[in-house]
Amino acid sequence: MASDLAGAVSGAAARPAAAAAAPTRFPPPWRAALARLGWTAASIGLFVGIWELCWATGLSDPKLLPPPHIFLANIPDQARFFNTATRWQIGINPADGPSPYEAVFITIGATSMRVFVGLAIAAVLSVSIGVLIRYFQLLERLTLPTITLLSPISPIAWLPIAIFIFGIGNAPAIFMVVVALFFHMTLSTISQIDAVNRNYINVARTMGATKRQIYARVIIPAILPQLLLVLRLNMFGAWMVVLVAETTGVGFGLGQVLSMARNTFNPSLVFFCIALIGVLGFLTDLILRMVQNRILFWVPQTAGVLRGL
Amino acid sequence: MDRPFLEISRVSVRFGATLPPVLSGIDLRIRQGEYVAVIGHSGCGKSTLLNVVAGLLPATQGGVVLEGKEVAEPGPDRAVVFQNHSLLPWLTCYENVKLAVDRTAGREMSRAGRHDWTMRNLALVRMEGHAAKRPAEISGGMKQRIGIARALAMRPKVLLLDEPFGALDALTRAHLQDQVMAIHAELGTTVMMITHDVDEAVLLSDRIVMLTNGPDAVVGEVLEVDLPRPRDRLALASHPRFLAAREAVLRFLHERHAPPGQAAA
Repeated sequence: MASDLAGAVSGAAARPAAAAAAPTRFPPPWRAALARLGWTAASIGLFVGIWELCWATGLSDPKLLPPPHIFLANIPDQARFFNTATRWQIGINPADGPSPYEAVFITIGATSMRVFVGLAIAAVLSVSIGVLIRYFQLLERLTLPTITLLSPISPIAWLPIAIFIFGIGNAPAIFMVVVALFFHMTLSTISQIDAVNRNYINVARTMGATKRQIYARVIIPAILPQLLLVLRLNMFGAWMVVLVAETTGVGFGLGQVLSMARNTFNPSLVFFCIALIGVLGFLTDLILRMVQNRILFWVPQTAGVLRGL
Repeated sequence: MDRPFLEISRVSVRFGATLPPVLSGIDLRIRQGEYVAVIGHSGCGKSTLLNVVAGLLPATQGGVVLEGKEVAEPGPDRAVVFQNHSLLPWLTCYENVKLAVDRTAGREMSRAGRHDWTMRNLALVRMEGHAAKRPAEISGGMKQRIGIARALAMRPKVLLLDEPFGALDALTRAHLQDQVMAIHAELGTTVMMITHDVDEAVLLSDRIVMLTNGPDAVVGEVLEVDLPRPRDRLALASHPRFLAAREAVLRFLHERHAPPGQAAA
């Protein structure tokens, strides 16, 4: 008995690290992910808690600022307002079409599609034009002043033009997203090209690399990390613009439901839409972050370097 | 000395029409296999001179001739090791050196030959064990060694070192200086090194070119370092000719050409 105890004590002393790690059961990457998830839940919980507290104490009017437990309580009831059936068309039975739940997913899908298609078009267009502007001086002289002139114009100002040109449907919404991001991302591409470490370019020059090789092998890889960051930040912009675009004549979309909720004075539906948009924005950011980590494995992780202060 | 290997003749560099020239009328002849250090206070235009030789910066007046051909643009015959290593961070150490090999020896070497040549140059700086790492994963001294391997892999006629050890701690610096001496002894490469370290200049070079303070910097003095090779830093530490050379450079830098800021302070 005594020797058993002594053996256990010496065994524990010999492998203190193993003993300390044993009780958690999870491998370290999982533990880190769980911790992150826990903090995310705590952060949202805190926000929701304060809101609910305001409701419970009567500080906020539930008719104007319904707390989450009210606007998330009756999802089927909210889903009724998502109407994606084209019931105004002649020969279609008003009772046909997708169920309310299906309609919610169709609406989310339609809005997300507009965001991603717009984002993709804007990214490809602005990066290629930004690079070409630095590559060919004639192009810079011909286009850069116009791009600088048009970039501060609010995307809202483009809305009538989007409708004039593209009518109704997906096209004006996608156009709005593209126009909201294109100028800004083009200018940002140009400034990133200018910020590339001169030494990288000089090294390539001493190797006898041509201008085309320097752009392909040095400049474009060097600006990629910042470009992806800009893309992530602009994705939020795309989510904002698409809602504005959808308030006018796109048939269906989160923006359309939101504008209908405003017109029918339905705060509960407004907050339901806001919650959906928040979750969607969070998920798309997560996806882009994962893409970023996959492509930019060589960028040293700098997040958290200030934590020791 | 009939025809110099590398000839810098009456090079002046001016960055703006209204500004005084940074360098004026620099004349320098370097023999094949010679190790020349250019020393001067910071801001005197040492790096500008190196950039002109590298072809990265055009001279306002004068020019540079390497083996009878005028230098007009950068090229692999004048490989540069930059002060802050400038390895491409998205490539591994191996790929950084391999890129230089592929660019400069693309057609004359087979695939296997290019790989062997890359590994040989990594071995020359004792970095073959770290070939698969990325620049962010290795120390400053290791990065600089990869930078040297990359430059040597281009088989340059002249190796240009722009304060290659300036950002390193004293122990790492000494270690790298010994490696560069060994490489110079083994390959016989012509080297032009920019430095502000007096001991380094005396230890490594055959000749020390001292620049006066800018603007309008000129070659103030040229000192032959008559010390036998191979050199050993410990044996030289108390060698009278080493001490004399060291004193001569220190006198030039701190007695006759003290930095302008210090005279007032």
